[in-house]
Amino acid sequence: MSATTITTADEPVQFYDLDEHAHPEGHSTMLGFWIYLMSDCLIFAILFACFGVLGGNYAAGPAPKDLFDLNLIALNTAMLLFSSITYGFAVLQMQQGNVRGTQIWLAVTGLFGLGFLGIELYEFHHLIEIGATPQRSAFLSSFFTLVGTHGLHVTFGVIWLVTLMVQLGKHGLIAANKRRVMCLSMFWHFLDVIWIGVFTIVYLMGVLR
Amino acid sequence: MTPHPAPEAGPFLGKLSLDALPLHEPILVVTFAIVVIGGLGVLAAITKYRLWGWLWRDWFTTVDHKRIGIMYMILGLIMFLRGFADAIMMRLQQVWAFNGSEGYLNAHHYDQVFTAHGVIMIFFVAMPFITGLMNYMVPLQIGARDVSFPFLNNFSFWMTTAGAVLCMISLFIGEFAQTGWLAYPPLSGIAYSPNVGVDYYIWSLQIAGVGTTLSGINLIVTILKLRAPGMGLMKMPVFTWTSLCSNILIVASFPILTATLVLLSLDRYIGTNFFTNDLGGSPMMYVNLIWIWGHPEVYILILPLFGVFSEVTSTFSGKKLFGYTSMVYATVVITILSYIVWLHHFFTMGSGASVNSFFGITTMVISIPTGAKLFNWLFTMYRGRIRFELPMMWTIAFMLTFVVGGMTGVLLAVPPADFVLHNSLFLIAHFHNVIIGGVLFGLFAAINYWWPKAFGFKLDVFWGKISFWCWVVGFWLAFMPLYILGLMGVTRRMRVFDDPSLQIWFAIAAFGALVIAAGIGAMLVQFAVSIWKRKELVDESGDPWNGRTLEWATSSPPPDYNFAFTPVIHDLDAWYDMKKRGHQRPVGGFRDIHMPSNTGAGIILAGFSLVMGFALVWHIWWLAAVSFAATVFGAIYHTFNYKRDFHIPAATVVEVEDARTRQLAAGA
Repeated sequence: MSATTITTADEPVQFYDLDEHAHPEGHSTMLGFWIYLMSDCLIFAILFACFGVLGGNYAAGPAPKDLFDLNLIALNTAMLLFSSITYGFAVLQMQQGNVRGTQIWLAVTGLFGLGFLGIELYEFHHLIEIGATPQRSAFLSSFFTLVGTHGLHVTFGVIWLVTLMVQLGKHGLIAANKRRVMCLSMFWHFLDVIWIGVFTIVYLMGVLR
Repeated sequence: MTPHPAPEAGPFLGKLSLDALPLHEPILVVTFAIVVIGGLGVLAAITKYRLWGWLWRDWFTTVDHKRIGIMYMILGLIMFLRGFADAIMMRLQQVWAFNGSEGYLNAHHYDQVFTAHGVIMIFFVAMPFITGLMNYMVPLQIGARDVSFPFLNNFSFWMTTAGAVLCMISLFIGEFAQTGWLAYPPLSGIAYSPNVGVDYYIWSLQIAGVGTTLSGINLIVTILKLRAPGMGLMKMPVFTWTSLCSNILIVASFPILTATLVLLSLDRYIGTNFFTNDLGGSPMMYVNLIWIWGHPEVYILILPLFGVFSEVTSTFSGKKLFGYTSMVYATVVITILSYIVWLHHFFTMGSGASVNSFFGITTMVISIPTGAKLFNWLFTMYRGRIRFELPMMWTIAFMLTFVVGGMTGVLLAVPPADFVLHNSLFLIAHFHNVIIGGVLFGLFAAINYWWPKAFGFKLDVFWGKISFWCWVVGFWLAFMPLYILGLMGVTRRMRVFDDPSLQIWFAIAAFGALVIAAGIGAMLVQFAVSIWKRKELVDESGDPWNGRTLEWATSSPPPDYNFAFTPVIHDLDAWYDMKKRGHQRPVGGFRDIHMPSNTGAGIILAGFSLVMGFALVWHIWWLAAVSFAATVFGAIYHTFNYKRDFHIPAATVVEVEDARTRQLAAGA
């Protein structure tokens, strides 16, 4: 390194950027949001780990085989997967500059999300009614917490989605709104990925256990 | 005295009632009176001198990383005084409670004191201090005008403060946890801690944790995205490197703390069975999880200070840092290794020989990159022209002290030795040896080093030296006896002792704590005297130490926009390179500068969170719901604000820079 310093020592060197341009607004948002998602991913990692450790501790209570209705869960999974596809359509509409189309597909996505939440609430209600409450065993504690945390994330996703639709209506597809659509897109697909893990590890492997 | 039984929860105030006020504890009543009188005095002074508007406009709502950094340092300092008061109380109790005496603290109070001491020192002293340093210095060192997400920065600060405030409220309303600073279940479960202490613990850490995580994300993105042109990763100052690694650790570990505390609160609030003794719960799961966060946490604290020592050693030896590349790699290796050592905190759990060997070996391996760093600092000093200014003195004290702490750490990493020393005062001596000798000495080096940058005048040397010697001597007096007591088998967190032969060691330790108290006092005097004599101590140059990194390239304190023109980097130690090659400071051609606008959203949202935390602690459900809704709607409302920036007009820049030109000319 010192060698390069010596060779350039006599040449005129620019020490200040005299013709600089401001960083474009929001240029680091995507990276920041990615890192946030990874931190969120860690929360799920801990919940998965707890389920992995405690998921077999039924405490003489019900086991996954007695509780899970895979058909219902398959329907639920389909809801969430379709919502990811429709979100993709919203992003396509956004790229074509179509505000109305973006909003419509966002609305469809939100409806799928609400459908998913409805089925999940129905499942939770049913489980609690038959006595499989979060307090019953460590298995059920970790089950409700993992699945419920995912559900809470979807709930916040839906609230965000509605907010964003209003903001799109107010300001259209300005740069800030496009960025927000992309952030929510990452968030929404991230929840999809987490759900694949939930579906596989909690439900499928649970029933096999 | 046993804690009062858990009160019945009412619909309006939850568990809160007049019984929650600790009127039966004279120490707390007197403290409360002093706080109220002092607080009213401060508020009255602010009102009298009409400073509220100035505080709100220039400080509370600021998004300037420099001001936020200073606010973090003030928060850390205030909480440090509280945490140290706890320390003195413990020392006094332990030296007192011999020969049949119960001392002056009952068990209920003493257990809160040692819990609060640990929690406050780690979360509300060390964390705000390092976050403050990074906030102030990182953007300057990389030639940026602010952090990537300035509003988030303000919000993070206020969330950390809200957590600290909630923790302080527990002193006067209700109680704090009596569980030790990590609140292991089943003790921290509802069955054994039915009162609000653990809930205060949980919610103050959760609220502060949001701030810490967000500021971690913010600084990572800042370092990755906002470096001045030419500053490749391997041309970053070492402090920026260690900050990057520290923030990566924050983002990769604080979510674990968040999740773990959520599970503990579920156990406490709705009766789930994660960490209970029955129905399939596993308390050891908690111990694993909390240390998967907790071990990286200690490296979060020390890494930035390793950066400080590197900057200080190189500056005050007048040489470039020896082994920059190996320093960076050592930092990265420590970052990674810090994740695979957590089990050494509980070798005695009984995981078996293979597991313990693995974690024992990984722990010992960490001493290799750390040792490499020490040798790098020594080789930097070797044949250097060392100036024994205060920052350098703290650095040398660190090297001598930290090595001892590191070696006792390696000793504890040997599982069979740990079985003897686990939870003994030897462990307490070890981690105070590395945290005081490493983190605190590093902070004092940093404060003495960077104070002139932040305020434009140096710190007083006379009082600085008094503080230095009191701290260093006091530290050795206070903690060496604990090593000896630990080797004799004395366990931590004891309130009363039977064996009179131990008392002399506690007496020495208590005396050491008093010497440290003198050191703290001298430091406060140092600040006061320096502010008083700021005209004499003034530094016009902006570069009082003949520095090497970019923060010294601008005025002290730096203008709002840090650099009128973004510097272009050609070499490591960019400012040294610029000075060596005779750069010319541009004096014309200034343009508008794009800056983020202030916002009150951060303090308001953090205020709502604080109310929510308090409501959840006391089971005031309606208030928790209202404040939660307020937080969410407040955040949504804030997203409707699209105008978050403004331009500093070129005319203003010209004004500021011309003043700087005159200042430099007068100084030269």
